[in-house]
Amino acid sequence: MALETRIYQKERTIKFGALLKASLGDMYQSRFLAKQLAERDIKAMYRQSYLGIVWAFIMPLTTAAVWVFLNSSGTIRLSDTGIPYPVYAFSGTLIWSIIVSSINSPMQSTQAAKGILTKINFPKEALLLSGVYKLLFDSSIKIVLLVLFVFFYGVGFQWSLLLFPIAMLGAIVFGTTLGLFLTPMGLLYKDIGKIITFGMQFLMYVTPVVYAIPKTGIMRTIMIWNPITPIVVTARDLVVGFTPEYINYFLIVLVGCIPLLFLGLIIYRISIPIIVERLSA
Amino acid sequence: MLKSKRIVTDKEVLVKVEGLSKKFCKNLKTSLWYGVKDLVSGVTGSTQERKLRSKEFWAVKDINFELRRGQCLGLIGHNGAGKSTLLKILNGLINPDEGKVTIKGRVGALIELGAGFNPILSGRENIYNNGAILGFSRKEIDDKLETIIEFAELEEFIDMPVQHYSSGMKVRLGFAVAAQMEPDVLIIDEVLAVGDLGFILKCFKTIDAILPHTAVIFVSHNMPMISRICNHIILMEKGEAKFQGENVSKGIDYYYNKFLTDEKANVVFTDNSVSLNNASVLNVECIDSCYNIKWGSSIQLNLKIENYNLTRKPYISLAVYDKEQRAIAEIYPDNQSFDAIKKDTTIEYLVSLEHIYLSKGIYNITLNVSEDAAFNVHYKLHKAITLKVEHEKQMWTPFLLNSKLINSSSK
Repeated sequence: MALETRIYQKERTIKFGALLKASLGDMYQSRFLAKQLAERDIKAMYRQSYLGIVWAFIMPLTTAAVWVFLNSSGTIRLSDTGIPYPVYAFSGTLIWSIIVSSINSPMQSTQAAKGILTKINFPKEALLLSGVYKLLFDSSIKIVLLVLFVFFYGVGFQWSLLLFPIAMLGAIVFGTTLGLFLTPMGLLYKDIGKIITFGMQFLMYVTPVVYAIPKTGIMRTIMIWNPITPIVVTARDLVVGFTPEYINYFLIVLVGCIPLLFLGLIIYRISIPIIVERLSA
Repeated sequence: MLKSKRIVTDKEVLVKVEGLSKKFCKNLKTSLWYGVKDLVSGVTGSTQERKLRSKEFWAVKDINFELRRGQCLGLIGHNGAGKSTLLKILNGLINPDEGKVTIKGRVGALIELGAGFNPILSGRENIYNNGAILGFSRKEIDDKLETIIEFAELEEFIDMPVQHYSSGMKVRLGFAVAAQMEPDVLIIDEVLAVGDLGFILKCFKTIDAILPHTAVIFVSHNMPMISRICNHIILMEKGEAKFQGENVSKGIDYYYNKFLTDEKANVVFTDNSVSLNNASVLNVECIDSCYNIKWGSSIQLNLKIENYNLTRKPYISLAVYDKEQRAIAEIYPDNQSFDAIKKDTTIEYLVSLEHIYLSKGIYNITLNVSEDAAFNVHYKLHKAITLKVEHEKQMWTPFLLNSKLINSSSK
């Protein structure tokens, strides 16, 4: 019987291919662990709460409600969106909330496992995967609510709604990739987490979340260049059955994310021992 | 015996450690900043040598050893000597700064029991969480679930949230899961200290069963335990191996000697009526505040006690403590009288101790001065005298009795 051999030394040569293969291999191997961790966190969260699932969509719902009120009361005047405004606002805040939690997910999952990271050797990729599982769980609940909204406001069922999960996956992939790059630094310095929360607030206003892209002006340029725009717009178009006008841009962003996601995984793999050392020192 | 030993040495080397070093930083902010630098050099694959940067020190320095299946290495040393850091490197949690570790086979670590437990969830659910982290598959846990619950003796409480468990119950559940591992290399770090006696005995039974076909690395401050299971020892001090070899007792001896220097006599009780002026062993030279005597020899203790306000000679008794502060013998000298004495005088006692069959090691003697045997204590002093018993044999029981074979026959 051949025994698996592990060698630990100060790495002098870095082979990206081998690292990526190991990373993806570990992720595949650790499906059960990841599922178990996600299940644990979800169960524990809902078992100790009465409102439970409500918390998953209370944030996007209230943000949308605020904007619906601002709009209907005439406090602010928004350009016509072509669909009932509550559906517009809620679909926007919902997909936005998915993106924000995806960005936070890798860091939060790793941070929460700090205690075992410094004590036990297990495939760390499981933490990322469990984060994705949790995101999928939360997001599917949000979709159910969105569908209710769509019918309630008379938009009706569109065949393109079946494609919405693809847009949702796009949001998760984009968010996780970005989050993965921030994770190593974020684990060392608390500042990173604060900056994300802070920055995302501003970023929301240059993304067509609660209002449409203006016809002209500097805001239009920023919004169009913003890589989150195609994700939000495409998701919404699929819900209401419009032809997704940013579909190409959306695909470019998504395809561009794949190599970056792999790079992020490699960096994550390299940085975990370095971070564990600083956390436990 | 010889034959079985040969087989052991023929077994494959499972752990090989060469020139292993690791440095740590004393200051948090600097440490984090070095972390950032290490991240950058880690990702870009910079090959520059890692020298000590400012505020850094070697937590582990140049450790070398080989461990085969069936061998057990004991790692001992003071707190902060680098033992746990070494374990973390061996377990692959952190990378070494110099040197290389080669480990073959499945590695199991008993470093933290019950990792991944969530307090809200039931014991049964947490068996799955913990098991998954330790690398079991769902099927493996399903199969072992009953064994685990039975081993932990928690049948009654298994569906109760773990937050309502006592700490001993949590450890039991954690160990029960970990005991299902079938590792080739097992790393144990001081986890067995908790739990009641019955459970500790059970742990030992499990470890004894694993031992013969596993390479074990064992960190503990419990020397009897080290001497019980280890056949190799490394004594670490400030990250370096101060002593290394197969002579486990010698290593333990060195470890104890490190503590010897700061041992001073201390008064634990006094009513200010008497005090010890001087205590010595007659005709024995005192080296490093310690009297070296041969095993089985008889000695005479000379105790000079200052009397301040007693009018009657007090009763003295002695107690012998070993290095772990376990009381192992008491001495109530015969022939004591309670004659009238004057205040502000010195009383001199000469106590004979016949045939000291204490086993090799260091013993502290506590002096107790009282009005009568076990009545009205005036004065109690720990470490009045320190004895070092010399013998070629090392053992972990406090006594080595004098014996010889008087007949042996075979039919």
